[in-house]
Amino acid sequence: MMTKLILYLQYPFVRYALIVGVLIALCSSLLGVTLVLKRFSYIGDGLSHVAFGAVAIASVLNLTNQMLIVLPVTVLCAILLLRTGSNAKIRGDAAIAMISVGALAFGYLLMNIFSTSSNLSGDICSTLFGSTSILTLTKTEVLLCIFLSIAVVIIFILFYNRIFAVTFDENFARAAGINAGLYNLMIAVITAVIIVLAMNLVGSLLISALVIFPALSAMRVFKSFRSVTICSAVLSVFCALAGIVLSILFATPVGSTIVAADAAAFAVCCLAGWIKS
Amino acid sequence: MPLITVSGLSLGYDSNAIVKDLNFTVNEGDYLCVVGENGSGKTTLMKTLLSLQEPLAGKITAGEGLKKNEIGYLPQQTDVQRDFPASVREIVLSGCQGRNGSRPFYSKKDKELAEENMRLLGIEGISGKCYRELSGGQQQRVLLARALCATRRILLLDEPAAGLDPVVTAEMYDLIRDLNKNGVTVIMVSHDMDAALKYASHILHIGDVIFFGTKDEYLNSDAGRWAAV
Ligand SMILES: Nc1ncnc2c1ncn2[C@@H]1O[C@H](COP(=O)(O)OP(=O)(O)OP(=O)(O)O)[C@@H](O)[C@H]1O
Ligand SMILES: [Mg+2]
Repeated sequence: MMTKLILYLQYPFVRYALIVGVLIALCSSLLGVTLVLKRFSYIGDGLSHVAFGAVAIASVLNLTNQMLIVLPVTVLCAILLLRTGSNAKIRGDAAIAMISVGALAFGYLLMNIFSTSSNLSGDICSTLFGSTSILTLTKTEVLLCIFLSIAVVIIFILFYNRIFAVTFDENFARAAGINAGLYNLMIAVITAVIIVLAMNLVGSLLISALVIFPALSAMRVFKSFRSVTICSAVLSVFCALAGIVLSILFATPVGSTIVAADAAAFAVCCLAGWIKS
Repeated sequence: MPLITVSGLSLGYDSNAIVKDLNFTVNEGDYLCVVGENGSGKTTLMKTLLSLQEPLAGKITAGEGLKKNEIGYLPQQTDVQRDFPASVREIVLSGCQGRNGSRPFYSKKDKELAEENMRLLGIEGISGKCYRELSGGQQQRVLLARALCATRRILLLDEPAAGLDPVVTAEMYDLIRDLNKNGVTVIMVSHDMDAALKYASHILHIGDVIFFGTKDEYLNSDAGRWAAV
């Protein structure tokens, strides 16, 4: 088994997959804590479906670099969703559900009408569940991913205290002169970036799992914001590593294996939290 | 010049005025109690004073060099916070953010200030504990310590004794009185008319009748006589 693993590690595409997987897992778990606590768990779901729709548009247009259209569209939708989220007249969850389902249907429709591929349902399945695309990453994609991940981590560390204040009590933060709107916007943009990155890894249906599971697991065991954040980052990276390695060894789908590892970690954390109390 | 001057203020949401033409002043060292029935607009007044929402009409002027972010605020609790993983120290420290400007991290001075305020409110022993596992009275103290980190000049308290038992309520009020004696200006929303009349120097009554004046004036007014019955 070990020799098989070492053999696989010789291939650059396996190393790329590991690097990208770990970085995306790290970023999504950092943000996940805030998103879960702000009751934005579903924004990940909604945005990933928007990204799916954008991928459909990109493939219909035959763009070689899909990022060019997927990233701006998703960021734009993140900002729009956040706008309606803070507007009391249109319920945020309804807006997210609407955009999410709409984009999914629109994307499928587009692909169905314009697709030239003989294996349409296979294509769609791989966009939704990620399947093997993480193993076909190009060097540019890996570099882009590394660059964006580092940016996300630096921003998160620099604004950690502000993010805590805005998440814990937005009114108090605003009263203290913190521009809460700006931070919500920042969180939305970063979320959109991470989701677009993560689509390669787990596909658009399972992204929510990457965002939500580590945070919820950590919250079972730890009680302070800092320890929850650190624990969820560690858990997420570990599960991503384990998931990728297992999926290579046993030839299982990458995305689902990572999510299964996250779910297992959640069960362990629930048990730990239950024993602790 | 007073710390806060409110003139011709109308409050409400979406251009529906809840309270119209409010006029009052708060001087340094005052203890103003805001009383009124449920839904009369007390919380809305607090939010408007904090510029969390726009006044429909009228003006709020801050004097004596008081800056908008020099107001400490104790909100009427929201349940979003109830399951939040956060330690007492983290929450109290977050009160220091307003004075931080664009500095990303807390300085040593901030940390000392947080420790000092936790000592003042007798919660230094539980500083590592999780907020959601504290009793209601302890939670209120934590939020009060956070407000004190934001400022030592003026505190806006929205029902600080809500949900507390009589003993803890009395402690809370004593604590606020001591802070007031040490020069902190207090604006407090309260349903507890006895406490309001016992501790406050000024009363603002909002609702069908609007009244503002000192406690003695209030007791002799129509609104006050009705309330005292
Ligand atoms: N976000 C909102 N949008 C629209 N109307 C609101 C909003 N919040 C409160 N109101 C309305 O404004 C009125 C005043 O509410 P407010 O919360 O200021 O009352 P209050 O005096 O603090 O009451 P309580 O004693 O129950 O705390 C109420 O009639 C309420 O229905
Ligand atoms: Mg209220």
